Amino acid sequence: MFKLLDGPQTLGRGWTFWSCFLAVLAAALIYPVFADSYDVGNFSYFLIWVFMALGLCLMWGYGGMLSFGQTFFFGISGYAYGVLAINMGGGSTTIAALMLSVIIAMIAAGILGYFMIWGGISGIFFGIVTLSATLVLAFFLGQTAGPEWHIGTARLNGFNGMKGMDPLTIGDFYIEGSALYYVMVALIVIVYIALRMLVNSRIGNVIVATRENPQRAEMLGYDVRKYQLLTFVIGSGLAGLSGALYTSWGQFITPSSIGLPAAAMPIVWVAFSGRSDLTATLVGSFLLLFGFQTITVYSQQAALVLMGTLLLATVMLAPQGFVLGVGKLVVDRWTGRRRRDANSTLADTGRLQSDEA
Amino acid sequence: MSAELFSVFYQFADVFAFLILSAAGLAIVFGMMGVINMAHGEFIMCGAYVTVGLVKLGVPLAIAQGLAAVTAGLIGVAVEYLIVRRLYKRPLDSLLATWGLSLIVTQSMLLIVGSSVTGIGTPEGSFAIGGYTFSTYRLVLFACAVAVLIGLYVIFMKTRFGVMARATMQNAAMAKALGARTGRIYAISFGIGAGLAGLCGALYAPTMTLIPTMGATFVVESFVTVVVGGANVLLGTAPAAVFLAMIRMALNASYGQIIGQIGMLFAVILIIRVLPEGLSSVLVRRGR
Repeated sequence: MFKLLDGPQTLGRGWTFWSCFLAVLAAALIYPVFADSYDVGNFSYFLIWVFMALGLCLMWGYGGMLSFGQTFFFGISGYAYGVLAINMGGGSTTIAALMLSVIIAMIAAGILGYFMIWGGISGIFFGIVTLSATLVLAFFLGQTAGPEWHIGTARLNGFNGMKGMDPLTIGDFYIEGSALYYVMVALIVIVYIALRMLVNSRIGNVIVATRENPQRAEMLGYDVRKYQLLTFVIGSGLAGLSGALYTSWGQFITPSSIGLPAAAMPIVWVAFSGRSDLTATLVGSFLLLFGFQTITVYSQQAALVLMGTLLLATVMLAPQGFVLGVGKLVVDRWTGRRRRDANSTLADTGRLQSDEA
Repeated sequence: MSAELFSVFYQFADVFAFLILSAAGLAIVFGMMGVINMAHGEFIMCGAYVTVGLVKLGVPLAIAQGLAAVTAGLIGVAVEYLIVRRLYKRPLDSLLATWGLSLIVTQSMLLIVGSSVTGIGTPEGSFAIGGYTFSTYRLVLFACAVAVLIGLYVIFMKTRFGVMARATMQNAAMAKALGARTGRIYAISFGIGAGLAGLCGALYAPTMTLIPTMGATFVVESFVTVVVGGANVLLGTAPAAVFLAMIRMALNASYGQIIGQIGMLFAVILIIRVLPEGLSSVLVRRGR
């Protein structure tokens, strides 16, 4: 168990890292005691998006599949939650609606992924096919303003978006405010630990091997397509989780959280943070969301210009990601370069080759 | 009867022109350098804004459109020099970099110019065949699309630059060793691609509302055309556009625009399952 958590595919190992992890977790847990409820609500809002970033990190950083379709599955699941919550009548059924909507997103990912992965498309085409699907979904939902567009009693409402669904509820208790915050923190810890174990497991090793060289992995006897599909479905399912939680958090969802520029956001978070490591993505996405939200209050356009600039700067100056780069630098200084063991050097050279291929 | 036939042709021509004009620039850049230019939509937007700006200053429409395409092309060369040139060894990163650029441009335009600019209206003129009336400008667009295809054919098959460009496309290192200045060829190709995007924007500027995010209207069509066309864009783009235009036209006519677009997307997803390398791979195999 501990071996899986501390495996070779994730940075941050041993006593020092895990005590930092526990310290951050403890700080996160006592945060609502000191902060006012508005800030707690805002924090839950940032945490919603982290699942989507972690999913992309798994697909892109570990699996080598650059999906631009995170908001596609976000939207499918978000709308599915709305439709289900309205039609099933709210109350405790919202929990079922949440789970079902994530499953719906994963089924959609399975279908789209089957056609792309078994068709053998990869690299750039993978990105632009997923992005095309995303944009078409956004256009489609944008023109559903008329009363004829409804599923059960749920109106889709075009650009104004769907609203009126219940938030997550158990019995008569709405999961809001600090309760929602604790649910989010718990979910993030579970997802983070589970992904760490996944990428360090046997399956994770095959996923990484496929990223490095699909043909070699295939020659070693693995059906790489199955592993790629699995990665795609899990990563997209996490985007779906974000979507359902988002709809439940704000009790509305609009097509603008699917189309451009929303579709670019997960890419910016993960690229800036450092796609090849889960911890870097977790930390970096949170920082970016925090910064973005702070600027959006003054001007949304300015915030998006900043995101674009960050993406451009990341690619030109630090292709592996800024947070990851800074993290590695800190660790190097801290341990006086003892950590530059053969293992990480090997992993680095492998990654370089795959980038240039 | 002939009126019905012409009406079908007219609808086909309309979709075909849209696909070719929006995809040509993207396809050239992708074919030459293996780079997908995510700022493609923004070059289209640039062409449209320059056209409308010039027309409002009193420049005749056709000249304004030409100047707009040239402007977009020059900006394209600058972008190639400043950004894309450094990323040729990392095609995925060049895609991300141009996407970043696209975000910056769109949102800055929203900040500076505001959300919408008054348009200039579609040029008047229509003609009637049988009981139907048709807009002349739509046929002009079709003619332009065909002219773009012919122009590209001439540039890439009949000129010295074309020979060098095709050699670079096949094997850049070898072409460089034989004396082709690949850096300059890349810059010119990117400029042509951006210029074609600008032309697309210029031609469609009179027909649509000008908003800074208008590029997004074109990118789906240009992406799917390039994906279906496959790696050899000189061979693949036109057949892909014909094929997609047929599907789109049939669906548009019976179910409307949005179903047409969704149907086209489904067709593309099915095609990549069967022909992952696109139509051009089949054509290349036939040719040998």
